Amino acid sequence: MPKAKTDAQPGANSTGSPAEDQDFLLRSLQEAHAADRRYKASKEELLKLYEQMLLIRRFEEKAGQLYGLGLIGGFCHLYIGQEAVAVGLQSALDGNKDSVITGYRDHGHMLAYGIDPKVIMAELTGRHSGISKGKGGSMHMFSVEHRFYGGHGIVGAQVSLGTGLAFAHKYREDGGVAMAYFGDGAANQGQVYESFNMAALWNLPIIFVIENNQYAMGTAVARSSAETHFYRRGTAFRIPGMQVDGMDVLEVRKAAEVALEHVRGGNGPVLMELNTYRYRGHSMSDPAKYRSREEVQGVRDKRDPIEHAKAELMEMGVDEAELKAIDKRVRADVAESADFAENSPEPDMSELYTDVLVERY
Amino acid sequence: MAIELKMPALSPTMEEGKLAKWLVKEGDEVSSGDILAEIETDKATMEFEAVDEGTIGKIVVPEGTENVKVGTVIAVLAGEGEDASTVAQSVSETPAPTPAPASSEPAKAKAEEAPAPARKDPEVPHGTNMKTSTVREALRDAMAEEMRRDERVFVMGEEVAEYQGAYKVTQGLLEEFGPKRVIDTPITEYGFAGIGTGAAMGGLRPVIEFMTFNFAMQAIDHIINSAAKTNYMSGGQMRCPVVFRGPNGAASRVGAQHSQNYGPWYANVPGLVVIAPYDASDAKGLLKAAIRSEDPVVFLENELIYGRSFELPELDDHVLPIGKARIMREGKDVTIVSYSIGVGLALEAAEQLAGEGIDAEVIDLRTLRPLDKQTILESLAKTNRLVVAEEGFPVCSIASEVIAICMEEGFDDLDAPVLRVCNEDVPLPYAANLEKAALIDTPRIVEAVKKVCYQG
Repeated sequence: MPKAKTDAQPGANSTGSPAEDQDFLLRSLQEAHAADRRYKASKEELLKLYEQMLLIRRFEEKAGQLYGLGLIGGFCHLYIGQEAVAVGLQSALDGNKDSVITGYRDHGHMLAYGIDPKVIMAELTGRHSGISKGKGGSMHMFSVEHRFYGGHGIVGAQVSLGTGLAFAHKYREDGGVAMAYFGDGAANQGQVYESFNMAALWNLPIIFVIENNQYAMGTAVARSSAETHFYRRGTAFRIPGMQVDGMDVLEVRKAAEVALEHVRGGNGPVLMELNTYRYRGHSMSDPAKYRSREEVQGVRDKRDPIEHAKAELMEMGVDEAELKAIDKRVRADVAESADFAENSPEPDMSELYTDVLVERY
Repeated sequence: MAIELKMPALSPTMEEGKLAKWLVKEGDEVSSGDILAEIETDKATMEFEAVDEGTIGKIVVPEGTENVKVGTVIAVLAGEGEDASTVAQSVSETPAPTPAPASSEPAKAKAEEAPAPARKDPEVPHGTNMKTSTVREALRDAMAEEMRRDERVFVMGEEVAEYQGAYKVTQGLLEEFGPKRVIDTPITEYGFAGIGTGAAMGGLRPVIEFMTFNFAMQAIDHIINSAAKTNYMSGGQMRCPVVFRGPNGAASRVGAQHSQNYGPWYANVPGLVVIAPYDASDAKGLLKAAIRSEDPVVFLENELIYGRSFELPELDDHVLPIGKARIMREGKDVTIVSYSIGVGLALEAAEQLAGEGIDAEVIDLRTLRPLDKQTILESLAKTNRLVVAEEGFPVCSIASEVIAICMEEGFDDLDAPVLRVCNEDVPLPYAANLEKAALIDTPRIVEAVKKVCYQG
């Protein structure tokens, strides 16, 4: 791979010193974002984003309920509170060429991609009609058709794998961009920085997305991270950063467009920090003793991404009845997915031995 | 419709719990997200949240109740437009639903699978020119031929391009294929193993070189968790056709951290193919097969045999079957099973034993996973005596596995206990005399063979 970003590039058309110029490049996306923060959505566009966020919220609530009933086992990480991140970012991607990869908190990203809630819920209940035939579970879902590459259970692994997806985009010259999501916890893993280094060195088309939901399992960011402004974490590798309000779907959308323009322009990776909040525990078995009920309720009351979009829609003249109709439709879809997931058979016993290897030797 | 609120399972292991405290009372309006109760699980006290909106119609299980089974109705919620006072009547005793029972026994299902076709090495046509090649050249030629054949194949690793390979295995590739397809990485094994694995998921055919497999321990998470398991976890949807290759096992006087055989480690993992060739012909034919495979392959070479020369058929496309052992020397008295550098020692031992009237058969496993049990068992049925020779630690080794196979499936054919000859069970020392003492050698194989032939 040719090295595109060298010292020769900055400073060529500038009176400033190279060091200052580099600082400017690192800040330039953040400045562009600050100058024009929010996407100007039409009523129809915002309605669509609202419905997608609502679908994730209701789906996850239902998943929590099914877990409580013993229909979902093992680990189950809910995305409630973070909906605007996946919905806002993925609404800006090109579904025909871009690729997405994330960690174990993956239900929301799949729903934001328009993957059928039925096959996701059936995977959660471990049934044959699940998207991984019931063999992956909540943390391990993939859709090659949608260029959704999982669904990975080892914290931080998806960052290197996503860099590999970006490598493949560049190698094939297909114009695609990889988006690799990870959390504030994963942001402290060593391989993240190995990947930053190579992505910048080889000018790969990737957007690193840190979903900062404030807690790595039970550890608050200030207790685990020396630099809590995660968007600055790419500075040592000359990766420009952006800090984005992840609770506002239109801000997320706009920021994604700024980042995508930069990456599609052949300028290499971008690091986005999306500040968000997880309402539920890290997983279903999290007693949440590391934060107060008031803290959670405060975010719900003041910053909820769905309520925010709803208020904006009403200002745009959408009436209560239309919103009720959406809510009803979403509830019906989720109820249908739960029925499907509950009534599908478990995988056939023969599936125990399939898919270990592709070929016969 | 009234909604029954059931005792939730709040951890993977919870079967029952204590309803510690109700935070709502009958008649309260609740909306989704409100905390209804505190429940003590086997792990901690947890909050139970409302999922639906409605009015609490009846609290069925009072607070303070212990040992409430998961799935028991603990309260009833009246939905929109319902009278909260009447729904209380409709409480049922339904326990938590259980999934539909599984269809059949696993063992039976496995038996239905058709056996894999018995694949033999392709015949080398009569009159084929044989040329002398080092293992190093054979490996390089395999990669070059596959890169010419398939645009998706690329080679990535430390010093593979401009330096021409730390052990010169990738010599000349940069000149022929350019920097897009022959890529020098920083010293960052975990990162580039992940990038290679991700690129394979993204549709390319990466050949990832580790300068030695000792360094791949930094990357083993991607080899096992990301590459080996994804096809299974995705229900066969997402393949990962990547080759991880590089020298493995002891070199010469490089100390404990640079001298380990990882064959048994990778052979332990379902979802991987593990190959460890000995001579140049197998190195070339099997590396080409590995690059073409749809599965992730760990390809273990050996530094000490890179420079050895062997006869190699000059064919346009020399590809050998994965998963098939090779009989290196036929014999009738005893079988010596080995792989990689151990094969050379086993052949030497067999020569020496022939001089003493013992006719040994030598099997090169070539592929460690899937292991060619059939060839081992057929040979055992013929010779009734078996020794495994392995350059590696003895505990939980490939030798252990071969011995288990002989016990489980070849017991009636055994005239003597199967013995293993491995390295000593210590980290490899640096001092020349200690290193020599720690490593497997021909005299030890000869001694073990005599023992199983009751001639020791």
